[in-house]
Amino acid sequence: MSTIRLDNLNVSHPQGYQLRQVVQDVSLRVEPGECFGLVGPSGCGKSSLLWVMAGLNPHWSGDMVLAGTHVQPGSTFTGQLRRDVQMVFQDPYASLHPRHRLRRTLAEPLKRLGVENIDDRIAQGFQQVGLASTLIDRYPHQLSGGQRQRVAIVRALLLEPKIVLLDEPTSALDMSVQAEILNLLNQLKAEQQLTMVLVSHDPDVIDHMCDRSVTMQAGRITHLS
Amino acid sequence: MTANTSPFIIADRLTIGLPEGRPLVDGISFEIGKERVALVGESGSGKSLTARSLMGLLAPSLSLNASQLSLAGNDLRHLKPSQWQSLRGGKVAMVMQDPKYALNPSKTIGWQVEEPLLLHRKLSRRQRQEKVLAMLEAVGLANPHQLIKRYPNQLSGGMGQRIMLAIALITDPEFLIADEPTSALDHAMRDQVLSLIQDLVAQRDMGLLLISHDLQQVADHCQRVMVMYQGKILDRLAAKDLPQATHPYTQTLWACRPSLATKGKRLPTLDRAALEGYP
Repeated sequence: MSTIRLDNLNVSHPQGYQLRQVVQDVSLRVEPGECFGLVGPSGCGKSSLLWVMAGLNPHWSGDMVLAGTHVQPGSTFTGQLRRDVQMVFQDPYASLHPRHRLRRTLAEPLKRLGVENIDDRIAQGFQQVGLASTLIDRYPHQLSGGQRQRVAIVRALLLEPKIVLLDEPTSALDMSVQAEILNLLNQLKAEQQLTMVLVSHDPDVIDHMCDRSVTMQAGRITHLS
Repeated sequence: MTANTSPFIIADRLTIGLPEGRPLVDGISFEIGKERVALVGESGSGKSLTARSLMGLLAPSLSLNASQLSLAGNDLRHLKPSQWQSLRGGKVAMVMQDPKYALNPSKTIGWQVEEPLLLHRKLSRRQRQEKVLAMLEAVGLANPHQLIKRYPNQLSGGMGQRIMLAIALITDPEFLIADEPTSALDHAMRDQVLSLIQDLVAQRDMGLLLISHDLQQVADHCQRVMVMYQGKILDRLAAKDLPQATHPYTQTLWACRPSLATKGKRLPTLDRAALEGYP
């Protein structure tokens, strides 16, 4: 059974009192353990589609099944579904709380879920992505861009998700740091059987990472490979 | 003037740093004539600081030391503000990274493209107007008559970067510094803008210093490459020799670009500990 199933999905953004439709009639399947790519120029709707899958935009219609859960349009993600779907954002500078130490940022969702041995898990997560455990008590501004993106990946993985959504995870990074992050993602995918959806405007990154991909243009899927 | 015989830019033992700590740019020397040169390195390697020092745009808290730093025969270490004014925009121009932040949001495109002419050239209003329209056409923008009335927020990223280029080139400077001109653009637009810069620079017989972190991309657009790491120039070579680079840092930067051919393989990454010991 597919981990992600989208049928005739439309996505809109509120603009003033109106809704502007940015994605039209998208249907796709992502199988378990697969890395699926979404490519296209800026403004084609690929990030909008990803935000819907992450439960961050309720303005959509159609049929969506994520990790076995049938999602209703307009509803917020709760319970197991919230844990199953996690996202890594484009800009590592903006995606971590600037005035909280990393330990606090990472512990917050775990505390909320009543998980035990939070400190051990965070230390383990840091080790997994190749960060020194001395960095746990730093602030985000004390880290480089590549290190911050690793922390963002740890944050997503600590909740043991089934689906990881990656919104241009390397486009704010240098070419050499990009290589390190892509290697890390491939390694994690192999170790944990993660299902990943990767959005990028760089076809080379998609070619390197993905088993299958679709090209989007002006809100529609134009090419499947 | 010695500008015709000696290289356009000469920097000798250029050091930039904060009052305390490790220098951010550490005693680098280079000469650039009327050619296309790329300065490549990771973020924090000091490449942008080097470019900014040539434009006199360093933050006041940074100190600059050099045994020689000259541009078109002017000694950049002791220039007065009025002398900088005639040099910047007139003889050497710079294109910044992100057009969203570099353009003035409250002025029209036409005004912003015209401003360098007001500052540096004595032309009548009509001559200026004609020059602005011709320049906008030269950077590949359609409908310049309508465009000059628009504001920066009405433009896409690629258009914004073309406007930046028009502003830089309208006074026909002798040298262009482009600081990561394409990193805010998407992939298809990058090659277009770089080709445009290369064409315009060749047409006008200008020099170019292109700053980037993507070695493969600049290789097609430059003749010579300088590679920086932690404030030092580690490697200098001709762009055509890049595939046979011998320095491990250059080799890794060259090979770390992902593609269909690298699918399923680990990409080469930098061994930073080993680099410390390499001469």
